[in-house]
Amino acid sequence: MKSTRNILEVKDLQTHFFTRRGVIKAVDGVSFTLREGETLGLVGESGCGKTITSLSIIRLVPKPAGRIVGGEIIFDGEDLLDKDEREMREIRGKRISMILQDPMTSLNPVFTVGEQVAESIRIHQKIKGRQVDEQVKEMLRLVGIPAPEMRMRNYPHQMSGGMRQRIVAAIALSCQPQLLIADEPTTALDVTIQAQLLRLLKDIQTQSNLSMIVITHDLGIVAKVCDRVAVMYAGRIVESAGVRDIFNNPRHPYTQALLQSLPKLDSTVDRLYSIEGQPPDLLNPPPGCRFRPRCGKVGDRCDGYYPEQVQVGEGHYVSCWQHD
Amino acid sequence: MANSQQVGEMLNVPVMRRRAIWAGMTSALRGVPIFPAAILALFIFFGLFGRLIVTYDPNVGALRDSLTPPFWQAGGSTKHLLGTDPLGRDMLSRIVVGASTSLQVGFFVVIICGFIGSVFALLSGYLGGWVDIVIMRLTDIVMSMPFLIVALNVAAIVGPGKYNLILILGLMGWAGYARILRGEVLRLKESYFVRLAIVAGCSKPRIMVRHIFPNIANTLVILATLNLGVIIIAEASLSFLGLGIPPPTPAWGSMISDGRSYLGLAWWVSTFPGIALFLVVLSSNLLGDWLRVRLDPKFRQL
Repeated sequence: MKSTRNILEVKDLQTHFFTRRGVIKAVDGVSFTLREGETLGLVGESGCGKTITSLSIIRLVPKPAGRIVGGEIIFDGEDLLDKDEREMREIRGKRISMILQDPMTSLNPVFTVGEQVAESIRIHQKIKGRQVDEQVKEMLRLVGIPAPEMRMRNYPHQMSGGMRQRIVAAIALSCQPQLLIADEPTTALDVTIQAQLLRLLKDIQTQSNLSMIVITHDLGIVAKVCDRVAVMYAGRIVESAGVRDIFNNPRHPYTQALLQSLPKLDSTVDRLYSIEGQPPDLLNPPPGCRFRPRCGKVGDRCDGYYPEQVQVGEGHYVSCWQHD
Repeated sequence: MANSQQVGEMLNVPVMRRRAIWAGMTSALRGVPIFPAAILALFIFFGLFGRLIVTYDPNVGALRDSLTPPFWQAGGSTKHLLGTDPLGRDMLSRIVVGASTSLQVGFFVVIICGFIGSVFALLSGYLGGWVDIVIMRLTDIVMSMPFLIVALNVAAIVGPGKYNLILILGLMGWAGYARILRGEVLRLKESYFVRLAIVAGCSKPRIMVRHIFPNIANTLVILATLNLGVIIIAEASLSFLGLGIPPPTPAWGSMISDGRSYLGLAWWVSTFPGIALFLVVLSSNLLGDWLRVRLDPKFRQL
């Protein structure tokens, strides 16, 4: 199903927060492309700019402090940064939709889940009455809710976490979007339910040529669902590659460290590896490579300039002076 | 085929639906405090149909019978169960008809306050920025004005009367609602379901009305029942001071005031409207307390 058409091209995106203490460069020159039907994993530790990147794509950066100050976001041939609020509303929910982390609070407690699925359908599609009901049932069936006729009359508190996240997925998918952004979709679910939901998203993707961005810090999820991976550190993408390359041949020391900190079944260690130190303060990022203070392979060039992105393999890019 | 007939009876849809509605109603009313509910229901009934059931015209007295004591006291008669006022008007009839005034003022004022309060709360909490600043400063101003004194002055300027009174109390009383509900809105604004609604492409008015308002409605209802008593007292106070409901229309506040100069001579003139007022205010507060617990989402499933 993978075509060569780019559905999303983010070029040199810069989203800054203007605070009393100074300018925080939360996203500082992020570029990536996403092909139709492809899944991109956006990986990195907390505070590295993953979520702000995704919020920038749908133009919902927290106001008034946050602002997109530069770059381009080309979605399906159009630059989203040129759109006004009204045009963005048309795009959100219909062509780009989102799943958030916590299914427990992602649904409005005072409406039945059927009404909530129906709302998005009513806003974006010009259909009414019975047809909406039919489509709601169809969506619930699609996300694997048993007995949809009955379940659509339930309130969120009558459902389990996994069910609710499926409902959220049903809402997100109800208008056949071209791009789905899933911000840590399974963090709040237990492991068996995680696997179910991921398989579900994957199935729907193959059926409908949907492109996905999955934001996560769980490399297990990346291995399961992603085609490509972009590793973010301190507001920048430090390495991006196909999912196999990332796991088999990581080139950036940060990616290597991330993979090393995963527990393994086939070897016993007393202490799990962890990356020393904290991510840098984005108010005053260190000059040169931002990972330098925590990096094990620092060389002489590392504190001068930020490393240019270099290609090290097919579709494999890395920003590091010491990449080999 | 007795069996299939039984099944047919079990699936009798209208009966099932009636049962479901009945079950819904009884479960909604579970644990309702009986006395307050009954007292309030009785006074609402008086308010609606009082004029039809009283045996005396509440506005016309017979001076011959003035200050007749209630029936159990020496000199009292069963003609006037609760006695008469200085103009010889039947106390019971006036209290029954007076319920209409107190409750009308109470309900309408609470509706006005609730409406203004929730609109301001939604705008201020959701939009934030200068809208928030303007509305919250306005709230501060209104809250810092001594309620009764300002109401008294305004009433003196625009003149007494039921509708003026409703307007004055309504325009003065919304600030508390706005303040409390705004807090709720701020909390809900950050919730994931509101964020998802934004991502789904809902417009701001739609989010405020469809997504946030239903979630603050519980708080609004509770505030309103608790506020009802305060408003009824305020109306009575203004009527007591002569700037509320003009005579001869019976209002509990002015009735208490009428009896003031006869307190030593005829205690009943002030006492009975006072008791009526006390019962209504107490009942609405107790009902409000019950609602507060009943509408709490944590208790919803019980």
